[in-house]
Amino acid sequence: MAKRVLVIEDEPNIIEAISFILSRDGWTVHTHSDGETANERITATPPDLIILDVMLPGKSGFDILRDLRESPQTTDLPVLMLTARGQTRDREMAERLGVTQFMTKPFSNAEVLESVRALVRD
Amino acid sequence: MVSFNLLLAVALAYVAFLFVIAFAAERSAEKGSGAWLRSPWIYTLSLSIYCTAWTFYGAVGYAARSGLEYLTIYLGPTVVMIGWWWVLRKLVRIGRSQRITSIADLVSSRFGKSTALGVMVTLLMVVAATPYLALQLQSVTLSFAVFADAAGDSWLSEDLTRSALWVALGLAVFTIIFGTRNLDANERHHGIVMAIAVEAVVKLCALVAVGVFVVWGVAGGFGPMIDLIDTSDIAQWQQSSGRWVGLTFLSGAAFLTLPRMFQVLVVENADEKNLITASWAFPLYLLTMSLFVVPIAVVGLKILPEGSNPDLFVLTIPLSQGLDGLAIFSFLGGFSSATSMVIVATIALATMISNHIVTPLWLSSKGPGAVVSGDIRQLVIGARRLSIAGVLLLGYIYFRLSGGGEALAAIGLISFAGVVQVLPAMIGGIFWRGATRWGAVAGITVGFVIWAWSLFLPSFGPDGILPQTVIDHGPFGIAALRPQALFGITEIDPLIHALMWSMLLNSVAFFFGSVLTFPQPLERLQGAQFVNIFEHSEGARAWTTSTAEAEDLLIMAQRILGSNEAQVLFQQEAQRQGKAGYLPEVTPEFVQNLERELAGSVGAATAHAMVGQFIQGASVSVEDLIAVADEAAQIMEYSNRLEQKSAEQERTARQLRDANEKLTQLSIQKDAFLSQISHELRTPMTSIRSFSEILREGGMSDDELSKYSGIIHDEAMRLTRLLDDLLDLSVLENGQVTLNMAQGNLKTVIDRAVSATAHSPTAITVKRRDGEETIPLYTDLDRLTQVFINLIANAGKYCDAKRPVLRIEPRKVAGEWVVDFIDNGAGITKENQQVIFEKFSRLSDHRKAGGAGLGLAICREIMTRLGGTITYLPGQGGAAFRVVLPAAVNPALTR
Repeated sequence: MAKRVLVIEDEPNIIEAISFILSRDGWTVHTHSDGETANERITATPPDLIILDVMLPGKSGFDILRDLRESPQTTDLPVLMLTARGQTRDREMAERLGVTQFMTKPFSNAEVLESVRALVRD
Repeated sequence: MVSFNLLLAVALAYVAFLFVIAFAAERSAEKGSGAWLRSPWIYTLSLSIYCTAWTFYGAVGYAARSGLEYLTIYLGPTVVMIGWWWVLRKLVRIGRSQRITSIADLVSSRFGKSTALGVMVTLLMVVAATPYLALQLQSVTLSFAVFADAAGDSWLSEDLTRSALWVALGLAVFTIIFGTRNLDANERHHGIVMAIAVEAVVKLCALVAVGVFVVWGVAGGFGPMIDLIDTSDIAQWQQSSGRWVGLTFLSGAAFLTLPRMFQVLVVENADEKNLITASWAFPLYLLTMSLFVVPIAVVGLKILPEGSNPDLFVLTIPLSQGLDGLAIFSFLGGFSSATSMVIVATIALATMISNHIVTPLWLSSKGPGAVVSGDIRQLVIGARRLSIAGVLLLGYIYFRLSGGGEALAAIGLISFAGVVQVLPAMIGGIFWRGATRWGAVAGITVGFVIWAWSLFLPSFGPDGILPQTVIDHGPFGIAALRPQALFGITEIDPLIHALMWSMLLNSVAFFFGSVLTFPQPLERLQGAQFVNIFEHSEGARAWTTSTAEAEDLLIMAQRILGSNEAQVLFQQEAQRQGKAGYLPEVTPEFVQNLERELAGSVGAATAHAMVGQFIQGASVSVEDLIAVADEAAQIMEYSNRLEQKSAEQERTARQLRDANEKLTQLSIQKDAFLSQISHELRTPMTSIRSFSEILREGGMSDDELSKYSGIIHDEAMRLTRLLDDLLDLSVLENGQVTLNMAQGNLKTVIDRAVSATAHSPTAITVKRRDGEETIPLYTDLDRLTQVFINLIANAGKYCDAKRPVLRIEPRKVAGEWVVDFIDNGAGITKENQQVIFEKFSRLSDHRKAGGAGLGLAICREIMTRLGGTITYLPGQGGAAFRVVLPAAVNPALTR
């Protein structure tokens, strides 16, 4: 059974790009573009990996991550954070909150794919 | 026989002689050639007013009644004079350097210029001196009567009281004429002093002459005289040692505290060194005065008929021997004794009354705001004249009330016991710094009450003022309060009894009152001044001309107000008075003005005290005041400087804080802005990079190829738009934009904006009011069009109605042309209305917006540049923006 990746992102073109790359590699890709309802979506059908944007309408990626780590069900869920806000402060914030990996936009497709593969090993 | 006319003529001639002496002395002093007036001999002779008619006549009577006890009256002052360097020197030094005018002034000054104490001491002195004055009237009157009796006339003896009234009147006139001729700052009366010095010589010579006559003319020589004394009763008198000690103490204390003695000892003292001469010369004078007392008494008792008044032996012995000339000379001696005492005593009392009662009352009745006018001198002189008359009137009344029957010595001792009630406060005040005002008040009050109760009131005789039952059984039958047997102590001489109790309880009250209360600042300052007088003053300083006082005031004012301000203040006043230089006349107005100025610096109380010291007579030396002022000024300046510095530092700190805050804010804004731009740039970049990598890998369908290259194109366009907007905004914000001002019409501008947006995928239906759009404009038409395009495009992008419609409505509001853009969507929430004009304040998601959220920020900048505004218009149903058009008038055309 193919591993499921949930992409939480509000830029349609970026969703399109990530979906394309991952689908081609055999992952099942789900997308969600609203920050406010993201945690419910995750709890309802937990994916094997989450690709998380920071600037989302309704609720920021940091807040979503914090809630994930606080809930025992999702505390170990791998999260790959992709953000256009590439400052060091944002990276530190993400690491403090327990991000699995942090990448800045624009990203290289190959690197994203590599990370996804590495994070969902088994 | 001596006729009345002769006696009167002699008396009048003598008074006229005294007038001449006094007048000459005054003239001499005024001309400045009166150095001899300040000689120690004049000073010593002036002290002889201690020997009054009581001493002149009464001592003989005293000796006839009580033996050698009369000597105590001379012993006390002798002890005081011999020990002059202990108390007297200090009193004189204090009196001269502090400009003391009376004993009441001394006590009041010492205890912080206390008005209450001044009044108390004055009243005490007036009450205590009254019997003494009566005594003088009585003696002069009696001496007249003696001549009348001897002549067999009845021209006086039948109405002693009337003649006493004439004597009192005459003395009042003489005293007023010479005692209040001028209001000398230091209260010196050269004429009076000279006159009493002459009188001192007259009375000494008269007594000695009578004595010589008695010894060699009556008794028959020195040897027989001694025998006569040995066989007389006087030698047999048993002397009570208690009375001796008590009376010696009493006379010594009274010598210091009697107002008239204080006047001549301290106030009229011209040179401290005079004390050295007086310390041996005055006891010698007293010795001479007392030398012939016993012989006269013995001879009088022997040769005069039984029942003769021994108080008048000095007159009656010569008369009985037919020596009218000697009798008249003797009469002049007694007359001198009485007049000199009355004159000085009334001057001293009048000074106290006018300085401590009348003037303060007058000033307080004028109220604090009253301007003290220049006629205060007239007030003071008038008060003194009235006081002199009043004091003599009191003496006369006492004379009438007491019936004139008491022995002279007894009346004198009552007065002594009264005035010495000031002694504890006075001695304590100059030797003990811990003495306080309340101690002095308590002591004097207690002493006065006991003296009045146990000695003064009973002196009016049984049923005089106190009923006999009170004297025998105490008030309300309380035996412990019997006037002459207080607390059950009986079988003791009434005088010693009263003296003992009053002085003991007075001292106790003074001591405990002082220990239990805390002195006020001025009291402490004065206390230190008085007690340490020898450390403070190098001899007495002169306070003569008014210029010196103005200068002192200037020096003090400079210390407080600062040198320039003080000089300007003084110079202005001097100019106003028509004087050159910096020193004006010290007028009351100027002093008030100065005090007000000083009060601004050091507070009203201190200023009042400081100025008061200079004006009312310096009870604190100038040096001390200046030291205080210096200290205060330094402290004030220092604290001012500190305050200034700390205010400056605070200001700098606040500026720094503000600047720092602004910087921090700017830094935060910059970070946020960069972060936003970074995000806005990276987002399209991400799509472009990702899809270009996908395209490069190849192997995809034509549809995919076309779709993905389309995305790359759109995102590249988005990037371009963003960069355009950023540049536009930057130019507008920096004010570097150039406006192409031109004539135009609102209709054309709206036309262009509507058509520019008509082909957008998010185009909105626009409803216009064609008829109202023809409004002339003078502005940058392209920029205004840009604003309108933005507003129409936003409405198209964000209006969430099913059939979005935008109304564009020009109207005139408050004299200005506005254009409202109102759509039929949900509008913008209140909190978002605040932020929509901020940069990057895009509210909904990016896809629909297609911009970076800079549009409205740019619109606002444009409208500001054009001289109009753009605001959100709430309460219109949908999103509504109001553009206030810039003034349509071309300034160039209006001319």
